Amino acid sequence: MSLPFLAKKPIDLPPIVSVELIQITEKTNIPFAPKAKKIIEKVKEKEKKLVSEQAPPKKVKKIKPDAVPMPDDKVKKVEKIKEDKQNPEKIDNEVKQVSEFEKEELFDPNNIAALIDKSKESKAETLKKNPDLSQDQNKNFDNTGLSLSEEDALKAQIFGCWSIPLGLPYNENLLVRIKLELKPDGSVIRSEILDHARMNKPGQGFYKVLAESALRAIKLCQPLRVPSTGYERWKELQLNFDAREMLEG
Amino acid sequence: MKNFLITFIIIFIPVKSFGLIEVDITRGNLNPLPVAVSPLSIDEESRKNFENILKKKNIGSEISSIVENNLRISGLFNPLNKDAFLQEPDIANLKPRFEDWNLIKAQALITGKVSYVEEKLRVEFRLWDVLAGKEMMALAFTTVPNNWRRVGHIITDKVYERLTGEKGYFDTRIIYVAEEGPKTQRVKKLAIMDQDGANNKFLTLGNELVLTPRFNPTSQLVTYLSYFRNLPRVYLLDIETGTQEVVGDFPGMTFAPRFSPDGKKIIMSFAKDGNSEIYTMDLENRIVEKITNHPSIDTSPSYSPDGKFISFNSDRSGYQQIYIMKSDGSNVKRISFGKGIYGTPVWSPRGDLIAFTKLHKGKFYIGVMRTDGSGERLLTENFYQEAPSWSPNGRVLIFYRETKTDSSGKGFSAKLWSIDLTGYNERQVPTPTDGSDPSWSSLLSN
Repeated sequence: MSLPFLAKKPIDLPPIVSVELIQITEKTNIPFAPKAKKIIEKVKEKEKKLVSEQAPPKKVKKIKPDAVPMPDDKVKKVEKIKEDKQNPEKIDNEVKQVSEFEKEELFDPNNIAALIDKSKESKAETLKKNPDLSQDQNKNFDNTGLSLSEEDALKAQIFGCWSIPLGLPYNENLLVRIKLELKPDGSVIRSEILDHARMNKPGQGFYKVLAESALRAIKLCQPLRVPSTGYERWKELQLNFDAREMLEG
Repeated sequence: MKNFLITFIIIFIPVKSFGLIEVDITRGNLNPLPVAVSPLSIDEESRKNFENILKKKNIGSEISSIVENNLRISGLFNPLNKDAFLQEPDIANLKPRFEDWNLIKAQALITGKVSYVEEKLRVEFRLWDVLAGKEMMALAFTTVPNNWRRVGHIITDKVYERLTGEKGYFDTRIIYVAEEGPKTQRVKKLAIMDQDGANNKFLTLGNELVLTPRFNPTSQLVTYLSYFRNLPRVYLLDIETGTQEVVGDFPGMTFAPRFSPDGKKIIMSFAKDGNSEIYTMDLENRIVEKITNHPSIDTSPSYSPDGKFISFNSDRSGYQQIYIMKSDGSNVKRISFGKGIYGTPVWSPRGDLIAFTKLHKGKFYIGVMRTDGSGERLLTENFYQEAPSWSPNGRVLIFYRETKTDSSGKGFSAKLWSIDLTGYNERQVPTPTDGSDPSWSSLLSN
């Protein structure tokens, strides 16, 4: 039988590469690179500036439902907001989206009625003591969850920070629950993976990869976009990272 | 009385408590992860030694370039520009200042050191999570200096696996048919190269027509088809030793032999008595077994990774579609129902998808579908392209694409291309000549 002529030098496999684990030191003692020091200082200055530059939008927040006052002068204020929102010349596209969302909350007569009723019935005493208390602050006492807009803002922020590891098996349980302890400005004091034991279980390597990606997302997103009020309510927060929807799609 | 009052207050005065707020994060971004690949640090004496042996000025930079290139072509990582790095390799190789890498938006960092130890190449590398400020992995490799490219690929595989959760595919090779000459007189040789196109070598001299080389999933054995006196023959070639043997002569049109997942059998189609059926051959005892028995044309068989099922083409419904069956030939089930003609089904090494070529309205598509036929996705469209082959981790497909010949009979070319499952990361795989029929090896190191 004839065989196809082979090239003279049959190719051989390269020699085996031996692998070993190596140790590292725990803490860095490397000084800042001279270039870096300057840049870090600049960035810090910029961040400071950014904070001060970001301050004005807070004024805009005053027209959000968060700041709608309680029954006495509520009707007047609501009308005022209505005028603001309906002036198309003053509002750009982005603001419009927000305002449309708010409109539903603001101008649903049933909601207003319900709020009035609720506040009249159950919070009369509190109101006497705190006549300036806003509706939103009041709501905080009732609700244990975030409002839809608050939750959406937080979700949207984290969506942008979370790089999903694409190699994960989508038919596995890919839910990572992380409990956070937050500062009032949204920065993270402590993060804890609730199913931590699973990270080191054999055959669950993908879970560790997912958990680490979630922790990176939280770090990258700091400070988190948390509501400006009701710190007691959200100072502890649980984020459930679930990659199944993205990976299956 | 006082104590009683205090107790009463503690028990009966309600204290406001808040339940833990839960927020579900079900979406993220699929942007490539920004990663900094610092050139591997090297001491001056080692640098000189390697320069003499390998004729490379700085082997540390060369190895890091391989890692960087691999990460980039994967489409899942965005290696950052080295000009932006604030730390020199020798500093970064100790514990890095994460602030410096944070500044350039790196989320992961690869550092390392190359040294010349007892005439061998020793490479240490470390993977760091920049945001968490911790080390994720630290390994060292020792090998002969000539093996330096492979070390780069192995490092990439380790990094890829640690950051994505699935095995890499960089320390692998591609076998393909190298083609030269005009379309009517093509010289076809078997050729092999690293997955990034480096180290290309021709295995046959081009005297005979060679077709459809396929790697054994468990070893460096290749099966391919060649013609002897116009008769198709199936060959086995051991790449490690360079030895080859004839598996057998088969009658009529013989197509695309492939290995079973355990590497002990080959499966192929050939036309005995004018009807093309699917057969297996046990490589130990050379017993041939007929798997399908149908008057239609059955071709292109491919095993599922567990060896329990076979996908194949058949025109038993009137025109060519994809079918699956149990490995004994029972329970034949059609899975493709879209418009057009479907061919070359190949089962993913992950077991979840089947890749195929589709011809519809004069265009060729490479696509994937689930093993029950649902979720069909066409990844790429072109004038002519076919023969997808999976990377060992089931994330990337390599195939070949031909260009049109113009009116003067010129302009024809055949090139290898790869595309990942997202359909966005499409790249031409560099080859010194034209190429077709690629087959991806399993990982050389596990």
